Formats: sequence, structure tokens, C-alpha cells
Amino acid sequence: MTHRRTVGRAEVFVWQAALGVAIVASWQALVSVHALDPFFFSRPTDIAQRIVRWIATGSLWRHLATTMEESLMGLAVGAALGIVLGFVLARAPFAARVLDPYIKMLNAVPRVVLAPLFLLWFGLGIWSKIALAVTLVFFVMFFNTYQGVRDADPVLIDNVRMLGASERQLTRHVLVPSALTWIFSSLQTSLGFAMVGAVVGEYLGATRGLGYVIAQAEGTFDTTGVFAGMAVLAVVVVIVSAGVTRLERWLLRWKA
Amino acid sequence: MLEFEHVSRDFATPDGRVYRAIEDVSLAVAPGAFVAIVGPSGCGKSTLLNVAAGLLAPTSGGVRVDGAPLSGVNRHATYMFQQDALLPWKTVRDNVALGLTFAGAPRAEAHARADDWLARVGLASFAGHYPAQLSGGMRKRAIMAQNWILDRRVVLMDEPFSALDVHTRQQMESELLALWDTAERRTIVFVTHDLEEAIALADEVVILSAGPAARIVARHRVTLDRPRDLMELRTQPAFVDLYRTIWAVLRDEVIKSQRGAGGAS
Repeated sequence: MTHRRTVGRAEVFVWQAALGVAIVASWQALVSVHALDPFFFSRPTDIAQRIVRWIATGSLWRHLATTMEESLMGLAVGAALGIVLGFVLARAPFAARVLDPYIKMLNAVPRVVLAPLFLLWFGLGIWSKIALAVTLVFFVMFFNTYQGVRDADPVLIDNVRMLGASERQLTRHVLVPSALTWIFSSLQTSLGFAMVGAVVGEYLGATRGLGYVIAQAEGTFDTTGVFAGMAVLAVVVVIVSAGVTRLERWLLRWKA
Repeated sequence: MLEFEHVSRDFATPDGRVYRAIEDVSLAVAPGAFVAIVGPSGCGKSTLLNVAAGLLAPTSGGVRVDGAPLSGVNRHATYMFQQDALLPWKTVRDNVALGLTFAGAPRAEAHARADDWLARVGLASFAGHYPAQLSGGMRKRAIMAQNWILDRRVVLMDEPFSALDVHTRQQMESELLALWDTAERRTIVFVTHDLEEAIALADEVVILSAGPAARIVARHRVTLDRPRDLMELRTQPAFVDLYRTIWAVLRDEVIKSQRGAGGAS
């Protein structure tokens, strides 16, 4: 690396905004000169109007709240299961070796094919979506926890042993924090997966949620509705991931 | 009294053979003594220290602490490792207080005593910092405080200052001697590959042979007066004489280890 100019946050933001405006403006322009067919591609102004209408009628909040509830529940349950199993297997190498092929097999199952099963098992309500989100979040959390515990620096372990730590204290003061750094670093991915799980679940069968909204719009060839749903989802992800980034920075503040 | 009795230790090599790191090492370290162990790199110095710490069981032979055979982690000793062993997610204060916390001391008391020790090592204003925010020398000071806060008779040190620059290193050596040279001296076993450092700090220098199957080839008393001024010590005739004498022995082992290594490590 030869030159490295420090670029201010404001400058980056200006360029980000400019890029977004350019893309949306050219979309609008291409549709208005009929280079793109509005039936297939809608147009940004229509999409914006649709979103404003959703906000005005309040239907947006109802669907969004459902999707967020499913995502967060999926994240919480998937994280809890993944972290516990990751911890147990990291401390029980024999069991880890026995279970290894099964865990890999389960992780290889495409989640979309599970969705209909979950609909049968858990119904059309939020639980089938939570279950789908869990299957995605669980593996990310499991692998990161497992790796984090296994990756704990042996010198740190020896040092606390010499300082008189019991097995429980070793776990609490070294192994858990060591794994937490991995777990926090994967929060971003996990949250994204949780939302994917929730939306896909809604898409395949639900009565509420953004995925349901998109599926309904697609069913009536309403491309404006599809794009509006996607736009809302995108904005939500950006906002939530900014929040996660701040949380992560605070939790890992000891890293220089 | 820390005694090694005919300690040997084998390791399994990746190709399924047995590598004998140290062979039949017997050494008695008197209470309050500062003993340095030197030897060519890869000669099993750290292995010896890990056996004394109880982190590694000897293949044969044993360690006695005040006459009692050691089994499990040595509760009479602390250990200063070559690598940084501060917990990166804890503040300097919490790190220094760690041993007290493990022993079940109330938080307020542990913090108060940690603050005393931080003041002693000149880190009072860094109590709330994280290790990553400290310089290498400051981290070593924090580690020394973490070791000394516990009332242990023995301190094992494995090249604790080898990663520091020359000047910081000399400063840390002086601070270590100041910590040690009190009315109640702790027993220190200090492993280093640097003969100068060994002579400057220790009462006795023990020389290990080149590995495999390293054993003690010589022991030399260091009769330099204390307190020692490390800034001046290394140019004094008595120091230079000692260095020449001991180096004559160590040199042969270093040459052997280089020949034995033959490019591989």
C-alpha cells in the first residue's frame, strides 16, 4: 500500500448517496423512455408512492413487526442452541468427532425444502418462520462458538491455571470470552440469516409479514408491490445492521 | 525449596517416534534464590519450567516443593510466559486482580489490592485500560503485578522479556530485581537463551546441553554484589570474566545444537 488517504465519513456518505440517486434516477429515466417495460420493472416513483400508502394505512408496520418478531425470535433461539451445543462439543472432542458428519449433513440441507415441512408441523403462524430462521442461525452460531472455544489461546489457559483458576473459572474468564469474540463477529451474518429465514417462510405460506406481502404482489403480477416490499426489507436491513455494528463495537471495545 | 529429581520428559513426534526433550535433570533451588537456566534454543528449557509448573507431567522423575511431591498444577508458583498472557477482554486492573478473584476475594478488596500493585509498577493511571492499549513494557509490568500480587513462594519465568527492545528490556530487568530483592525474596527460576541477562540477574547460572535429551552440563555461581546496577554491570571486569568463563561452556552446546539442527528446526 503506497498512499492511503484518510477519507472522512461525510465524504463516503456523500458518495454512497450519490450512487444510490444515480441508480434510481437512471431506472426512472429508462422506464420513462420505454427502454424498460414498467409492467416488468415498475418505476421508482410508483414504488415510493406505494410505500407511502402502506405507511399511511399502517399496514406496513403490521407486516414489518411480524417479520422482525420472527427474525429476532429465530436469532435468539438459534443463537442459544448453537452456542450451547458449540460449547459442549468443543469441550467433548469425542462427541464432536462422532457428530461431525451429521452436523455437516444437516447444514447441507437447503432450507427452502424444509419450509413446507415446517408449515405442516408448526402451522401458518410465526412459529414455522421462527423454525426456519433457527435452522439458518443455529449453524452459524454453532460453528463460531465451536471454533472460538477451540481457538482459545493455550498461553492464556495455562496462565489462569497457574493463577489458581478452577475449571469453571477457566470457562467463565477465558473460554466464554474467547468464544464471544467469534460469536459477536458473526452477529451480522446471523441476523441477516434470521431475516432471510423469516421472509422465505412468509413467502411460502403466511398471513402476515413482508414475505407475505411480496408473495401476494407476485401472485397478481404487481411488480410495484414486489419492489416496494424489497425496498422496505433493504432499508430495514441497513438500519438494523448499523445498530448491530455499534453493538459489536461496544462489546468488543477491548480490541484496540 | 524447589527440587527436580531425575526429571526426564518425552514427546511423541508427528512421525510416531519418541523425542526425549530433557533427560535426568536434577536440580535443587534454594528458597529465595534466583536461578537462571540457559541453553541453546530448543534444548528443553521451557519443558523443564512447564514440569516445575505442573502443566506438564514428567515421563520419569519428579518435582518436589518444600519436600512434598508435586502433582497437578504447582500451587506454590506463578508463571511469567514468553508470550502475552493478559486476558485481552479484561482491564489491566481486572487482570492484575485475577488470581485474587480466583481465590474468591471480594471484588472491592481484589481491586484495592490490584490498585496498590499497579501503583508499585507505575501503572496507576492505566488501571482502566485494556491490554491492547498498553505498550509492550507496560504489559510486562502488569504481568509482573499479576504474578506478585499472589503470595506464592516461586516465580517461574520463561524468557519473559525476549520480545522487548534492548532498553525496555533492561528497564524490566531492573524492575524485576527491585521486586525480588526484598526482605522476603521469592524463588525465581528464570529461563533465557541470553547469557548476559542470566548473569546480570541470577545468583546461579545453570547450563543445559543441546537437545535432544538435554541435561545439566554446568552450574556457575554468580558472585556479583547486590543490588546490581544493570546499566553499568555489563562492562565491569568481574562480569566480563564470568561471561567469558560460562560462555566457554555454553558455546560448545550452541555449536552442537546448530550442527544437530542441520537446517531443520
